[in-house]
Amino acid sequence: MAAIKQISIFAENKPGRMAGVAKALGDAGVNIRALTIAEAGDFGVIRMVVDDTERGYTALREKGFMVSETDVLAVEIKDVPGGLYEIANSLGMNNVNVEYAYAFVTAKAERAMLILRVDDVKRAAEVLSEAGVRIATKGEIQQI
Amino acid sequence: MFEYWNPRIERMPVDDLHELQGKRLRSLVRYVHDHSSFYRQRFREAGVEPDDIKKLSDVTKLPFTFKIDLRNTYPTGMFCLPENWVVRYHVSSGTTGKPTVVGYTQGDIDMWTESLARALTSVGLGREDVIQVSYGYGLFTGGLGLHYGAERIGATVLPTGAGNTERQIELMQDLGSTAIACTPSYFLHMNEVAQKMGVSIRDDTKLKAGIFGAEPWSDETRKRIEESTGIKAYDIYGTSEMSGPLFTECHLQNGIHIWADLFLLEVIDPKTGEQVEDGERGELVVTTLNKWAFPLIRYRIGDITILNNEPCECGRTHPRIMRILGRTDDMIVVRGINVFPSQVESVLMRIPEIGDHYQIIVDRKGPLDVMSVKVEMTESTFSDKIADLMSLSKTVARLLKGVLNITAEVELVEPGTIPRSMGKAQHVIDRRKV
Repeated sequence: MAAIKQISIFAENKPGRMAGVAKALGDAGVNIRALTIAEAGDFGVIRMVVDDTERGYTALREKGFMVSETDVLAVEIKDVPGGLYEIANSLGMNNVNVEYAYAFVTAKAERAMLILRVDDVKRAAEVLSEAGVRIATKGEIQQI
Repeated sequence: MFEYWNPRIERMPVDDLHELQGKRLRSLVRYVHDHSSFYRQRFREAGVEPDDIKKLSDVTKLPFTFKIDLRNTYPTGMFCLPENWVVRYHVSSGTTGKPTVVGYTQGDIDMWTESLARALTSVGLGREDVIQVSYGYGLFTGGLGLHYGAERIGATVLPTGAGNTERQIELMQDLGSTAIACTPSYFLHMNEVAQKMGVSIRDDTKLKAGIFGAEPWSDETRKRIEESTGIKAYDIYGTSEMSGPLFTECHLQNGIHIWADLFLLEVIDPKTGEQVEDGERGELVVTTLNKWAFPLIRYRIGDITILNNEPCECGRTHPRIMRILGRTDDMIVVRGINVFPSQVESVLMRIPEIGDHYQIIVDRKGPLDVMSVKVEMTESTFSDKIADLMSLSKTVARLLKGVLNITAEVELVEPGTIPRSMGKAQHVIDRRKV
């Protein structure tokens, strides 16, 4: 399976919550690869991809955070105009819906990566592979 | 298994019970008239003489007693016997004013203990049981009351008192507690702590019954407790003015049995003071029939309930009251609408996606009252999708509106962030009074 695990954290919208999350991960020696916050009034959901999901998940739970794991795809985007279009179009043409997405550039700035949450992970992985899009594995995310 | 503690009294034919109540009422009225200047004056103002009270139905000729009377006569102005008769005091917390002091003769303690011995037996407890009393000991009546009742039936008492939850759970396992008495909110907290310790109350303890009270709770909370821990949860009722905790449901869990030889209960319309029909909701009024240091005549306790005079299938003939909806003191008025915290609770506990703890916050924004309800998310149902979370808070708001008829803001908060209580939970924060 090409999917990787994303960590989602429920957080009340108040000062210090983000710091609490970051500290828990820092203390556990977990490195954040990509992160996004979706806010909805009183609360928000922090979503992130980290180098060691297992350790990050456990560290956050132990600190009392409400955490869940979600399957997402990490795909490489060519760093040229139209790079994103290629991915979005293959998914759209094949009726795969993107629920949300966020992008990051790797440490060495060689590649851009897109984290994708779709309604049908398996199908998405198939159509992207067919279109020649590279999908990063768990191991690759760990080593970036 | 389900026996009677005092079968002759508990199964007494209703007519005999009424005759006994009438007889005890007559002697009570004579007694308070002779022993208390307070009641003498009250009777005079109401134009009633002890001789006017001949039968049970004459009780309506007697004047009401109010909480304010207890405060005005603080500390012992309503006692009917000199202090050297009193073997114990309890003092209520007095959150809304001066505390109330209750005094007991040895006979009063025995009556209280007898009442609880009948109650504990009716839920199937007895000599073989280990009863963990996790109500507070001391000035509060819960701890010592249950303690004496449990000893009377020959059970083994584990007097942990409230607090030190992890140790309570260890002792529960080590000494094999089969029953626990505490507030329902404390038991829910205990269950959370047990889970964190890796202890399942269902599989790793011998607990089979809980006697829960001292705060209003709902059938939905009962369901949650029973489903998550595998125990039977019984409702207990009683107030410090009446002695303390006194009455429980029987094993059939269909209303709280009120021992009619000890207490005469009426349910009245709080506006008119008239008794309501059986089965109608109203305010509970209490007359003590066998309590002598601090007896009460038609005391307006303020709890809202429904009286049921039908004998129970368990064979007991005494009247039952339905679960207490709330106390008139607990009622909050939001935008002119009466809201009982227990109504909010019964809605929330039906929604599996939210946790066991909640808090109602009432505030004023400009000229308007605003009510918000904080509920905790639960780990098992947390969805990564914002839309799911939004729709959850909308569902809670819609269900609340359906029951309360007012709009409440619903705030989803992280688990463990609503304060836990060892005793009575503070479910309402009213910022309008500050």
